[in-house]
Amino acid sequence: MMTEMANGVPAGLLYSKEHEWVKLDGDVATVGITDYAQSSLGDIVYVEMPRMGATITQFDSIGVVESVKAVSDIFTPVGGEIVGTNGELDSDPASVNSDPYGQGWFYKVKLNDMSQTANLLTPEQYEQLIAES
Amino acid sequence: MTTDASGALRRTALHDAHLALGARMVPFGGFEMPVQYTSILKEHEAVRKRAGLFDLSHMGQFVLTGAGVGTWAEALTVNKVANMKPGQARYNIFTNDRGGAHDDVIFYRLDENRWLLVVNASNADKMWNVVTAEPASGVELVNLHGERALIAIQGPRSVEWLQPYVEADLAALKYYACAETRVKGTREPIVIARTGYTGEDGFELFLPSDEATGVWDLLLAENRRHGLEPCGLGARDVLRLEAGMPLYGHEMTEEITPLQAGLAWAIKFDKPAFRGKEALLAQRDAGDYARIAGLVMEGRVPARSGYPVFANGARAGEIRSGSWGPSVDKNIGTALVEPAAAAEGASLEVEVRGVRHRATVVLMPFYKRPKP
Repeated sequence: MMTEMANGVPAGLLYSKEHEWVKLDGDVATVGITDYAQSSLGDIVYVEMPRMGATITQFDSIGVVESVKAVSDIFTPVGGEIVGTNGELDSDPASVNSDPYGQGWFYKVKLNDMSQTANLLTPEQYEQLIAES
Repeated sequence: MTTDASGALRRTALHDAHLALGARMVPFGGFEMPVQYTSILKEHEAVRKRAGLFDLSHMGQFVLTGAGVGTWAEALTVNKVANMKPGQARYNIFTNDRGGAHDDVIFYRLDENRWLLVVNASNADKMWNVVTAEPASGVELVNLHGERALIAIQGPRSVEWLQPYVEADLAALKYYACAETRVKGTREPIVIARTGYTGEDGFELFLPSDEATGVWDLLLAENRRHGLEPCGLGARDVLRLEAGMPLYGHEMTEEITPLQAGLAWAIKFDKPAFRGKEALLAQRDAGDYARIAGLVMEGRVPARSGYPVFANGARAGEIRSGSWGPSVDKNIGTALVEPAAAAEGASLEVEVRGVRHRATVVLMPFYKRPKP
């Protein structure tokens, strides 16, 4: 179980200013969007991600997440090679709304450079960010 | 956009009620309006299965009075007006000389010489110019835009949930009929019409602004626990698209004529004359005009307004509206395409971020409510 902080920001994860979360397991990062992001977007109906094996660069726009009303870019919080994508989102995109830190994950990246995690926010910093927005 | 002198967005009488309900507010037609309260999909479901409550006070309300209204209005619109009976509502379209649409509207004939004209919020200023540019004897016009409220209840349980507060027998009010009747919480009788923009049964209540919050709260107080949901413009757009109803600015514009929008049923060519008649006749007779078609997307990618549409590899038009359609469990949309590409069953492609996705033309509406 994750320890929840105030505003529902889980500890043990890293965050981007674009409201993505990163869970590190060695040099593989699982990426998704935060509860704050899913709540702002509203009902998610489609997620478009890079294919397996694709190489992506930190903070580039690498896909889109679509709600009923709007199309939003996914700015990847980490760069490297895509080693997994959440195929369940095709049939159940609503899991991004109902379980953004769990079943609603987007993709897994094998990091090409571990130092890029220094560009991410701690839970405390992210909590501060959303408290101010 | 309608704004006050400072350019600020206007607010409806229900603004505080929306905030209290946790609504997310967005600019629309010059007003600050609720786009959703909880979730567009939840609100959509409430309207399809139970009922939803909408604030539509941003829409333009004009009162037309006088013996000349019917004849005057018929010259500016495609449908008939003069032969409407008191207590009747009718869909209509104001056209320009080229047959394009100034706006799509509803006329409500309240009595022999008094009518209510409801126009789109985004067109309210333009429409006031259109109607006042054609002064006629026996026609008096009053602009109540932003000064009156409009609350709609839409969904299969509308009669049941509204009736306790209304003197008139709602079940006896036919679809597209209107009546002036007493409503709990209002000083004078108000206009209630069995009209809407969701594809469901429902009513629209036209009332003084200072009585709007009282009626809104009254309806929610008793019925919210049974499942009446306040609904925003987000749900309304999905509901109208599923029901195959055009949205001005998308399926119809100053350039896209009612004929192109698939609204030939509303155009009465047997009227002696009306603005745009010659242009519409010529378009009809030529028959080769681009037209609005309903599309169902094959995969999960939503079509969005402006996306290019292809038929047999060649550009055939563009998407005008698109959304996930919860009632049909598919992505749906409308496209303005050349005639061959608009035929039922036609196989098209919609280009989304550089990739073409298959779509099929279907007859609209996408969703039709079950017969009671």
